[in-house]
Amino acid sequence: MTSLTADERVAGSGRARRLLIRPELGSVVGAVAVFAFFSAQSAVFRSADGVANWLDPASTLGIMAVAIALLMIGGEFDLSAGVLTGTTGLVMVTLATRFGWNVWAAMLAGLALALAIGFANGLLVVRTRLPSFIVTLGTFLMLQGLNLGVTKAITGTVQVSGLRRAEGYQGARALLAGSVSAGGVDFRVAIFWWIGVTVLATWVLMRTRAGNWIFAVGGDEQAARAVGVPAARTKIALFMTTATAAWLVGSIMALRFTSVQANAGIGQEFIYIIAAVIGGCLLTGGYGSAVGASIGAVIFGMADKGIVFAGWDADWFKFFLGAMLLLATLANRLVRRYAEEVRR
Amino acid sequence: MTPDTVPASRPGAAAAPLLEVRDIGKTFGGVIALRGVSMLVRAGEVTCVLGDNGAGKSTLIKILAGVHQQDQGEYLLDGVPVRLGGPREALDCGIATVYQDLAMIPLMSVWRNFFLGSEPVTGPLRRFDVARARKVAREELRAMGIDVRDVDQPVGTLSGGERQSVAIARAVYFGARVLILDEPTSALGVRQAGVVLRYIARARDRGLGVVFITHNPHHAFPVGDRFLLLNRGASLGRFDRDAITREELTSLMAGGAELDDLTHELDRHAASPAGGQDDTTGG
Repeated sequence: MTSLTADERVAGSGRARRLLIRPELGSVVGAVAVFAFFSAQSAVFRSADGVANWLDPASTLGIMAVAIALLMIGGEFDLSAGVLTGTTGLVMVTLATRFGWNVWAAMLAGLALALAIGFANGLLVVRTRLPSFIVTLGTFLMLQGLNLGVTKAITGTVQVSGLRRAEGYQGARALLAGSVSAGGVDFRVAIFWWIGVTVLATWVLMRTRAGNWIFAVGGDEQAARAVGVPAARTKIALFMTTATAAWLVGSIMALRFTSVQANAGIGQEFIYIIAAVIGGCLLTGGYGSAVGASIGAVIFGMADKGIVFAGWDADWFKFFLGAMLLLATLANRLVRRYAEEVRR
Repeated sequence: MTPDTVPASRPGAAAAPLLEVRDIGKTFGGVIALRGVSMLVRAGEVTCVLGDNGAGKSTLIKILAGVHQQDQGEYLLDGVPVRLGGPREALDCGIATVYQDLAMIPLMSVWRNFFLGSEPVTGPLRRFDVARARKVAREELRAMGIDVRDVDQPVGTLSGGERQSVAIARAVYFGARVLILDEPTSALGVRQAGVVLRYIARARDRGLGVVFITHNPHHAFPVGDRFLLLNRGASLGRFDRDAITREELTSLMAGGAELDDLTHELDRHAASPAGGQDDTTGG
């Protein structure tokens, strides 16, 4: 056995291929292309104000997409994540406005509920071994019904509002829904929360034991179990992470608008998954990245606002999103296949 | 049938065997999966367990690996009777099992797989010591003579033989004294199987006691020091390497008389090619 040849064989193309095999690659290329496209259409789009404008929808979506990406790498879906942003917001505003709770206490109650729902989702998936697609679809529909039913029973309408008058509102708003001025441009605080969540998730994935376990349970749960990975615990923790992200986003939205519609968040669950997939997550699990999901959210934000800046009809947005999803998935697959084949 | 005798030239021959089972049996409901089987594993030796499908090989290794507990008989480690509570306990006693399919996660890199479930941590945040994991994985594979080009490549890009080899190196690194290999060569081509046999020999040379489960006598014979043949849950015999030839082993494996019958039957077929469809033996 010649040990030195081991490294020589990969020296030539190793670095290039290591870059290519990164799951984020497709989304980076896509983001650059979309940015170039809309920048050419509109000067406002590429200005600092424009950037702050399209980073705003990217931020709340990005927080969710990163959490969903972790869950998808762990091999599961959560369709209840979108409606849960509505549920946590409704709980918070209802407790603060109808029951006189302090906003901070109401937020904590929302967090406790979110964690309980995430735990229930995870436990059901782990215990029953049903596909998480079905389990969380059930949770999704149940929460949708509860949101509407309870809101109507309490307020007689389909929304709760009036958070502005609640105790502790100003402080909570500054922390979660305020703005930070940088160079004369106002950036939403949510953007910094999003960056923080992305950095934390990337660190957990790449540099902790838990990260290794997330990749393992998504890649091959039986094999992971066989070498002593606590698979059930890892999966339940992932569902609770998603729920926590939903709570964060739900609270940000509620504090921003001071009211919550009973149907808030519905329809968003697939957008989160789309952003994660554009960012390189495999639908089958075991592969993906948190940074990629964030970039997927940026693409979404740019398209969302870019179509308006370019003066087009916003109806085209969904078409654009679908085309982007298909292209990104194809690009990801090609890149991965290439990277894996050359190594043989 | 020769009883197990230890050649005097072997180092450590006087010490108790690493692992020994005496007359163990296991029943599942009304089915006797295993009865009256004895075997022993010594450091620096390869014990082969041979048998056809349903012979009781997997029941035996599951008992050895702590997955099942025997209903009868004794399980001794270093000469002391033990009762293993589970696979984790077996692992803590230095008994590592490499299963054929459950070895590796294909999409994860070699070094991530190598340390999966036993990741080294460092610092106050107990972060995964990635630099050390990479370095140790590379060194350990090299020490076993395993030539993976790059520890960062996904395990899915390795060949089947390389995957088994990495799993063996992993078990060796994590302090296994007894290495149980469940059909490591059965899904492999001739050349790949040869590669795995070489690493089995290398693990043996590093002083491990190896239990090699296979249904292929041609794989078992070149590396085996002792052979245990199983048939329908019972021992068909135990042999030392110098007490049996490859042909005898092959013939016993195929059930001796049964193989003779088959040879006879096939001969008759060959002799009368015009025999036609009515000559087929019904199932």
